[in-house]
Amino acid sequence: MLRQISASVLSWTYLVFVYAFIFLPVAVLVLFSFQDGRLPVPPFNGFSLQWYEAVFADRKLMAALGNSMVVALISSVISVLLGFLAAYALARYKLPGSALQRGLLIAPMTVSYLIIALGLLSLMNALHIPLSLLTVCIGHVVINLPLCFAIIYASMGDHHINIERAARDLGANDFKVMALVTAPMLMPSILAAFFLSVTFSWDEFIIAFLLSRFDVTLPVEIWSMLRSGLNPKTNAIGSLVFLASVAVLLFLELSLFGRTKKQ
Amino acid sequence: MADAGTLTSATALEDADRRKAWGFVAPALLWTIAFFVVPFAFMGAMSLWKREGRDLVRVWNLDNYARFFSENALFQGLVNSLEITVIVTVISVLLAYPLAWIIAERVPKRLQRMALILAILPFWTSYVVRSYSWLLVLSKNGVINQLFMNVGLISEPLQLASTRTATVIGFVHFFVMLLTLTIYSNLIQLSPNYRRAAADLGANAFQTFWHVVLPLTLPGIMTGAFLTFVLCIGDYVTPQILGGNNELVLPQIIMLQLGRRADFPMAAALSIVLMLAVTVAYLACARWLKIERA
Repeated sequence: MLRQISASVLSWTYLVFVYAFIFLPVAVLVLFSFQDGRLPVPPFNGFSLQWYEAVFADRKLMAALGNSMVVALISSVISVLLGFLAAYALARYKLPGSALQRGLLIAPMTVSYLIIALGLLSLMNALHIPLSLLTVCIGHVVINLPLCFAIIYASMGDHHINIERAARDLGANDFKVMALVTAPMLMPSILAAFFLSVTFSWDEFIIAFLLSRFDVTLPVEIWSMLRSGLNPKTNAIGSLVFLASVAVLLFLELSLFGRTKKQ
Repeated sequence: MADAGTLTSATALEDADRRKAWGFVAPALLWTIAFFVVPFAFMGAMSLWKREGRDLVRVWNLDNYARFFSENALFQGLVNSLEITVIVTVISVLLAYPLAWIIAERVPKRLQRMALILAILPFWTSYVVRSYSWLLVLSKNGVINQLFMNVGLISEPLQLASTRTATVIGFVHFFVMLLTLTIYSNLIQLSPNYRRAAADLGANAFQTFWHVVLPLTLPGIMTGAFLTFVLCIGDYVTPQILGGNNELVLPQIIMLQLGRRADFPMAAALSIVLMLAVTVAYLACARWLKIERA
């Protein structure tokens, strides 16, 4: 009995300790984004929203925010679309070398972003292609396509084949089958793939850093803010990004995954 | 005759099907080839060129690799990377496993999902910002130093930021969340019957864990550990922000080649070395890693 109690005390102590470790930096980040003063470190001088005002007044930061959204959306749409088509072809048709094709499509997942970025950068330089948000988009599709393909391919169970066959017997061509039958059946994993891509692209730094020039994405702009050292404005934009991500996560948890759980 | 007719039409249909299927898979394949395989091959080729003064010498040679092994500053980057990555992977697994176990076993069922979401919530802070926020905690006038000084534990601020320890802390923070997720999902899939059987056969709690639960969750641990290794060894941001300019890791050295010296061939050669390190790690974990279709 005593042993059980001490074991459970130990468990809860450990839990509290690790949660404290996990939340410490985020708590500090958010708390000192409200700092009334120039340094985001203790002591806390009082509550102020001045740094949030500074964030919204910062043209460059707001432009980077917009760029990030555009890049995330465009690259994710392309990734999901290409990934879905490839998954459909490889799961539903017998193609020669399909194992090799799957391997090739997954391969970029095993390579560091830095190396993918460096490869693309050397190629763009060699071909004299100017760096822009477009090249960032290309890079983000390279990293997100394997992910989208793997997620959608994994969810293409064989039990869906008969429903698709029925649709085909009723005269639907492949595009109709995909758009009206397969995609709706796989919607949870398609959406999961899409939102994961958006998150990854939104947060990605090294590819966006190496493949962009004048217009940059938000992580790159935050990176250049770090040069000024500890700054409550960086806390403010960091807190905003964090809250936005948590809001998206909550929305997904409540709508998407809540629904699949019930089914 | 009729048989032959249906046969040809069947193969004709198959041919048409196959052409269509190629059409569907082609965009993804072409994208991967054009923007991943080709650049990668180009980089491999470039690692065999070299930079002399301001010119690129396009003659096959192994000078970059020879320099990597002979110049201590370059080789030490790989050593630092490997050391940090192994330390981070081990500490992260050791911290995350008990956490995942407690959430799976001790936390009431209806609260588990909540506990898990909470455990990985800071995962969603922006990647660059996450390292920056550790700077707030670890810097000279940061939270820890001020706390310790106020309590009277220390009189001079400790050098916590711009050290290897800071890099390790930043990494561990990130990977504990990731590993908790993979290990938890592995633990939760274990049928309680295994444990019951072990208990019936007279195993105590520790023996059950050591001989039954742990081996069964090894695939989850290895998947997470491999992921940790790959992401950790290739990361530039965390060591750059938290480790500063001491004990540079390989990605920092690669970026140095790009920046000041514009030595692309050397950067390419170092990237190939980085790739090889990841490949070795993959081969070591390969039998536990699987990608399957449901």
